[in-house]
Amino acid sequence: MTSEHARVAWSDEGACLRLSELADLADLSEAELLELVDCGALTPDEGTPGQWMFGLTSLTVARTARRLREDFELEPHGAALLLIFVERIRRLEEELRDLRAQLPR
Amino acid sequence: MKFKDYYAILGVERGATADAIKDAYRKLARKYHPDVSKEANAEARFKEMAEAYATLKDPAKRAAYDQLGRHGSGEDFRPPPDWSTQFGDGSGAFDGMDFADLFAGLAGHPRGGGRQGSARAMRGQDYEIAVPITIEESFGGTEVSLDLTTTEFDDHGAPRRVPRNVKARIPKGATDGQVLRLPGQGGKGFHGGRDGDVYLNVSLRPHRLYRASGHDLFLDLPVTPWEAALGASAAIPTPAGAVNLKVPAGTRGGQQLRLAGRGLPTPQGGAGDLYAIAQIVLPPELTERERSLLRDLAAASAFNPRRHLE
Repeated sequence: MTSEHARVAWSDEGACLRLSELADLADLSEAELLELVDCGALTPDEGTPGQWMFGLTSLTVARTARRLREDFELEPHGAALLLIFVERIRRLEEELRDLRAQLPR
Repeated sequence: MKFKDYYAILGVERGATADAIKDAYRKLARKYHPDVSKEANAEARFKEMAEAYATLKDPAKRAAYDQLGRHGSGEDFRPPPDWSTQFGDGSGAFDGMDFADLFAGLAGHPRGGGRQGSARAMRGQDYEIAVPITIEESFGGTEVSLDLTTTEFDDHGAPRRVPRNVKARIPKGATDGQVLRLPGQGGKGFHGGRDGDVYLNVSLRPHRLYRASGHDLFLDLPVTPWEAALGASAAIPTPAGAVNLKVPAGTRGGQQLRLAGRGLPTPQGGAGDLYAIAQIVLPPELTERERSLLRDLAAASAFNPRRHLE
């Protein structure tokens, strides 16, 4: 069995991906990504339209979008809507976890 | 290889219609999809049912699967030699293959010529792995050792499962929900397609003392009523070692006493804070002397904390 040390990219490294790179890594088309940006499910971290840059957090969102679309066999608008709700739940759970941390046991 | 009863996994009869299979998969996907499910073991269950559905929804793959006959899930199994001639690449070489690999390349190729046979570039598979770490590991950074089984292809496009060990450095300050990408460490690409990636989803294990909120840490600090009233100095454990905290006179129960920069390191080179939450605790049993002193205090004090309720 081979063993090797992997190079690591971290979600805190900031905006490091162009739209085309994000599309390649998430296995979505650029048009699908633009649709996600249009409907507010995905937000570029930096730049202006045409020169947007995305962070690894956006990659996580885009990969979730692809999974939801494929696994539930959804059309793009349905997948975007589901993604918005999934992301909203994720943020609320994060907020809940942070608030619970501040409560004495 | 181990046989998998795809019909049983989806809970349908062998003769189920395509619509019934789709319906069963959708119901199970709603329950077990890792992005929407809270069920224990949802990810493993979903992977299993997605694999079953990927084969049974495709008429060519389903026909090839049905040709393997009836076997129990988990039963040791080897496809009959004529199966390979009929559905595979004819080589009959199944060593190192996973059960799902038998059907991976059959779409649209009901009779041979399948199994990744086209010259189209195929990207390697991505993998997602949950990596729970301790708060101490987050504080100092840590290395994880991952045993992966990734898919590679031979010159004919036949898939092989290859065990690999990958070590990855988790940077200092990694917290709940953070994602690390290991570029190119996933399944091998084929026909010029790029290699897949591995994604590590970091989570913090529950700690007996600390609770994390981003890079801030929270800790319950029990104090006696007289320490809260008069002030005190308390030794506080932090991930970097114990420090003395001044509990100011007049500390209220639930008050957060902040130790700046004593939380988890941040990527910008700083650190979160550690908050000690004061909890006023009475002795489990009062001695006669304590009781007597408290009676004196009660008699001497005019303080009424419930005045606003009157």
